[in-house]
Amino acid sequence: MKNITLPSPHKILRIVHETKAEYTFRVKCDDAVNHGQFYVLSIPKIGEAPISVSAQGEGYVEFTIRKVGKLTDGIFGMEEGDTLFMRGPYGNAFPVEDFKKKPLVVIAGGTGMAPVRSMLQYFYAHPEEAGEVYLIVGFKDRDAVLFEEDLARFREKFHTVYCLDNMEAEGFSKGFVTGYVKEVPFGTFEDYNVVIVGPPAMINFTAKECVKNGVTEDKIWVSFERKMSCSVGKCGHCRINETYVCLEGPVFNYTKAKELLD
Amino acid sequence: MRVSYGISTEKMNGLLEELGKTYRICGPRRVGKYIRYGDIQSVEELVYQEKSHFSPKEVFYPIVQTLLYFSENQVRESEMEDEREVILFLRPCDINGIRRLDTLFLRNGGKADNFYQRRREKVKFFLLECAESFETCFCVSMGSNRTDDYEAAFRFGEEGVKAQIHGESALCGRLEGFLAGEKECAFAPEFVTENKKTVAAPDIGHRSLLPGIHDLPMWREFDDHCIGCGGCNTVCITCSCFDTTDVIYHETSRDGERRRAWSSCMLDSYSTMAGGHNVRAKAGDRMRFKVMHKIYDFKVRFGEEHMCVGCGRCDMRCPKEIHFSETVDRLAHEVERLKRGEESL
Ligand SMILES: Cc1cc2nc3c(=O)[nH]c(=O)nc-3n(C[C@H](O)[C@H](O)[C@H](O)COP(=O)(O)OP(=O)(O)OC[C@H]3O[C@@H](n4cnc5c(N)ncnc54)[C@H](O)[C@@H]3O)c2cc1C
Ligand code: SF4
Ligand code: SF4
Ligand code: FES
Repeated sequence: MKNITLPSPHKILRIVHETKAEYTFRVKCDDAVNHGQFYVLSIPKIGEAPISVSAQGEGYVEFTIRKVGKLTDGIFGMEEGDTLFMRGPYGNAFPVEDFKKKPLVVIAGGTGMAPVRSMLQYFYAHPEEAGEVYLIVGFKDRDAVLFEEDLARFREKFHTVYCLDNMEAEGFSKGFVTGYVKEVPFGTFEDYNVVIVGPPAMINFTAKECVKNGVTEDKIWVSFERKMSCSVGKCGHCRINETYVCLEGPVFNYTKAKELLD
Repeated sequence: MRVSYGISTEKMNGLLEELGKTYRICGPRRVGKYIRYGDIQSVEELVYQEKSHFSPKEVFYPIVQTLLYFSENQVRESEMEDEREVILFLRPCDINGIRRLDTLFLRNGGKADNFYQRRREKVKFFLLECAESFETCFCVSMGSNRTDDYEAAFRFGEEGVKAQIHGESALCGRLEGFLAGEKECAFAPEFVTENKKTVAAPDIGHRSLLPGIHDLPMWREFDDHCIGCGGCNTVCITCSCFDTTDVIYHETSRDGERRRAWSSCMLDSYSTMAGGHNVRAKAGDRMRFKVMHKIYDFKVRFGEEHMCVGCGRCDMRCPKEIHFSETVDRLAHEVERLKRGEESL
């Protein structure tokens, strides 16, 4: 019987320094991953943590990791060619099939870009499957900007707004993502979807702002982060009511998400 | 097979000795000031007159266990340190409680937890009849006062032991082999049908009541009262949560292991995420989370039964004399008020 929590070794192929505290690690891996899923990464003797897949390609997956504690400190100390342990992929995914050929609005805050980046890259590479894509991304300040290259490329094919909380900069307007929701022409869409990812408060305010602008709740999709230890429905930490975020999430339709009362 | 015998305590000790040659035998025994589950060899060690302070879960779900061993870049699954099958003396509420643990560990998410399963499948139940309900029990209210999931049932007393063999397993065969020729009797275990305490789980009915329950002022009373020690979770037969941590043997060593240890949803750190954000920062929030799981959320998820079996150990354990049973009753009243659209008390 296969042990569901046994990690396996994977080689680090490439490391990109996005910001001082956020690096992207490309790791050798042949799994088929759905957009929005995550892995539990580990360094033996240090620990484990759930991390979203931020990109995928032939023979690799990428993780964009923020350095906040034990495991992530350890990963930041690793180099190309080193071995990382992982188990997964876990969780559900964005319903990408339903998103095809319809307007898609993606609103992301900071590291919230990580779980939606692989889907955005997919629609960028397959414009024939995409409808109009509206991308609103907010970062704290210029130093916090992630995925510079992707953001630049996405401008070519998507309607983009990039903003910074308290400052202006070239290519970035000033303000929060919530301020730009009203610029999306929801009224002209027939069927469409909205994806919101970021810290809990950002998700909350942005969803409310969308609803204020005429979006119906069942068109909104969010991705949740909760404390997780096992990611396979056993340790209990991620549970909210009768829902296990590691099993039924991390992606939820907003009609469900708003019922999840921690 | 269903056959009963009346035997002497000496004969019972002989049986335990015989079974002990191949099985590990566990039951409630005195350890310091507590009654806890562990290895027993004789009837004299078995505390059958009182309810144990701790549940039997630690026999097959250890407080701490090693999952994986690491050396250099190798990961190896831990082996079982003891391959024997386990005979476990336990009461009806605990047998019913272990079914809840099985639901979570073997079925939730559609895949079995290997580390739980490999120990659990070795356990055989010997039912300990409850002569009468103990002080904090409310098993009748939770419908967990009865069971027929056991290989044999026992009644212990001054005048000897009554035993019923209950099933067709190899173990039942061994019991029959050992007891054949002893005095047969009509013994069948009795189950308590009344407790001093009765508890009515709230009838929540529709989900639309949940936000109101979430915001009830009653939870705030626990903010300063409950100290978040997690004692109630520790003694509970149905609490299953754990943390995983890696340990390294020496500062300089390359060898280490990954361990799993019981966790508790009443601890402050249970839901704290990176960055220090805690989704249930106050003790009252965690009390709500625990109570709702035991008498609502679990049943909504799995559809069969409430998680709580009414063993009442949490009420014996709490250093602040917080009564889970009374909290559930209180909640049931508040739920009725919410339904009528009245202010909470
Ligand atoms: C589905 C999912 C997807 C995720 N995707 C990503 C991703 O793509 N990228 C990413 O960077 N992160 C992601 N995360 C978050 C990531 O899992 C956490 O940041 C991770 O747990 C950090 O692990 P660590 O060992 O480095 O930190 P830890 O050492 O566990 O601690 C990190 C921080 O948590 C706080 N903390 C920990 N324990 C306590 C305590 N007992 N009391 C108070 N505070 C405490 C501290 O502030 C500490 O700085 C995701 C999480 C989930 C659930
Ligand atoms: S709760 Fe019921 S079954 Fe459990 S010890 Fe008490 S009387 Fe026995
Ligand atoms: S209810 Fe009592 S036993 Fe449980 S955590 Fe609070 S103080 Fe501890
Ligand atoms: S992370 Fe362990 S149950 Fe979801």
